[in-house]
Amino acid sequence: MAEKLWRVTMSPHLRDGTSTSSIMWTVFCALLPQLGLSAWVFGPRVLLLAGVSIGSALLAEWAVRKAMGRDNTVTDGSAALTGLLLAYVLPPGVPLDLPFWGAVFSVCIAKQLFGGLGFNFFNPALMGRAFLAVGFPVAMTTAWIMPQFPGFLSSLAAPDAVATATPLYVLKHAGLAEFLREFGNSRGWAALILGFRPGCIGETSPVLLLLGGGWLLYKRIITWHVPASMLAAVALLAWVFGPEGWFTGPVLPHLFSGGLFLGAFFMATDYVTSPSRPRAKLIFGAGCGALTMLIRLKGGYPEGVCYAILLMNCLSPVLDDWIRPRRFAPPLQCEPGKKP
Amino acid sequence: MSIVKEFTKGLWKEIPPFRLVLGLCPTLAVTKTASDGMGMGAAVIFVLVLSNVIISLVRKIIPKKVRIACFIVIAASLVVSVELLMQAYAYPLYQSLGIFVPLIVVNCIILGRAEAFAAKNPVLMSAADGLGMGIGFTLSLTFLGALREIFGYGKLFGSAVFGPAFKPFTFMVEAPGAFVCLGLILAAMNYLAIWQSKRAGLPEPAIAASCGGCRACAIGESKQIVEG
Repeated sequence: MAEKLWRVTMSPHLRDGTSTSSIMWTVFCALLPQLGLSAWVFGPRVLLLAGVSIGSALLAEWAVRKAMGRDNTVTDGSAALTGLLLAYVLPPGVPLDLPFWGAVFSVCIAKQLFGGLGFNFFNPALMGRAFLAVGFPVAMTTAWIMPQFPGFLSSLAAPDAVATATPLYVLKHAGLAEFLREFGNSRGWAALILGFRPGCIGETSPVLLLLGGGWLLYKRIITWHVPASMLAAVALLAWVFGPEGWFTGPVLPHLFSGGLFLGAFFMATDYVTSPSRPRAKLIFGAGCGALTMLIRLKGGYPEGVCYAILLMNCLSPVLDDWIRPRRFAPPLQCEPGKKP
Repeated sequence: MSIVKEFTKGLWKEIPPFRLVLGLCPTLAVTKTASDGMGMGAAVIFVLVLSNVIISLVRKIIPKKVRIACFIVIAASLVVSVELLMQAYAYPLYQSLGIFVPLIVVNCIILGRAEAFAAKNPVLMSAADGLGMGIGFTLSLTFLGALREIFGYGKLFGSAVFGPAFKPFTFMVEAPGAFVCLGLILAAMNYLAIWQSKRAGLPEPAIAASCGGCRACAIGESKQIVEG
């Protein structure tokens, strides 16, 4: 009689097929509808920018891993996602060498020099944007393209304008009245929410980003904590600190006219650079939102999502350390460190 | 130790910003152009050599407990004189270096060499040490300044090095560019040191540190031993 052999393995015994690369490519796909919209309203040049950005991120990842004598990680999708996210935070009219330099900086310096995926302190794509904002300040703040409006929105704004200001720029430098004059009617709100407005490649359409973010929530790739607390903090602070006094502020313009949805759903939820406990995530998201509003209302830039997330990235190890999970076992009988 | 050895150690083996990682404030702040870096370095050579000589001369009469204050007073007098000299003879340089000339007083290299070397060694040795360290500091600042100027402005010592089609890489002359450049240079220095000692068949060297006067690592070790 043959002895039956059972295979004995360590826990966990329930597994599913999720891997780093499947998560990366899912996020990548969740972002693609917005790219399609941008290519439609800003022209096919957007696709070229995204291609350069993704291609140079992949190339940089391959080259730097090879130079450092480490194993090849091009196929895990993280470099491609970094490249796409970097393209998403660029204005659509920038020269083609900007995404190249930004991607090289993101991958080589912000990610691989810190040890590669899983060891980077800061979101690589946002580091790339911060690098470009310092290195090429003119292109990064003026290369906006007026969107090509489809027929039903065509009378919204002057169609022959080539370069224009983003809604947040209008809100900051011309005031709420001017913002409402441009975007205040029902067509203006429709344009803001659907994404027919000047802005970075990946930030224009809250609807499509919400769709992608919702899909990631459904697939349980991200949790609701960071996006919800970030959006709530921005809404609350926008309402409290209004331009004409307390509790009079415009909430909807601040929610829909910047890069908030892109940041809240796709940047701040990055596994590596955000804390992992739910309560720490709530604090992290609220901090991102609060810093965003601080920069938007008091800072020199019209938009603050990028720097807010980068600053909170510094705090995420500390948050993970402060917010410890509650002890499941009964309390210790003696002082820790002493022998009983 | 011979004078020559004391002089040359500052040029490569213990070159201040890149090996000792001291004096980083001017290294980061006044290296937008190569000539700024060189001017700063010249001022530091002057102060460092004289402060080393003076401190070495009076090292036996300074009371141990107030020695830091004495070092600072000596360095401050020298810095004020170099500041006045600069105002008189090199006014444009004085303007472009700005607050960083008076800040030489608190430059770690001055105090570090005083504490670690001049307070224990005779005059000639101290002068050689100060001169070597100062020249090493100047070379480092000029090198970093040249690097940033070439890529940030497309110039070297004020004259263009690329054709008119060159698009300057403004990042390099901003503050973050200084940090990134310095980090990359430190990495290259460590890489070189590791490669050299591997080729010589020696064990890997201690990274980016000549532990001169500092005993921080030893403190950490003894603390660990006590705790363990």
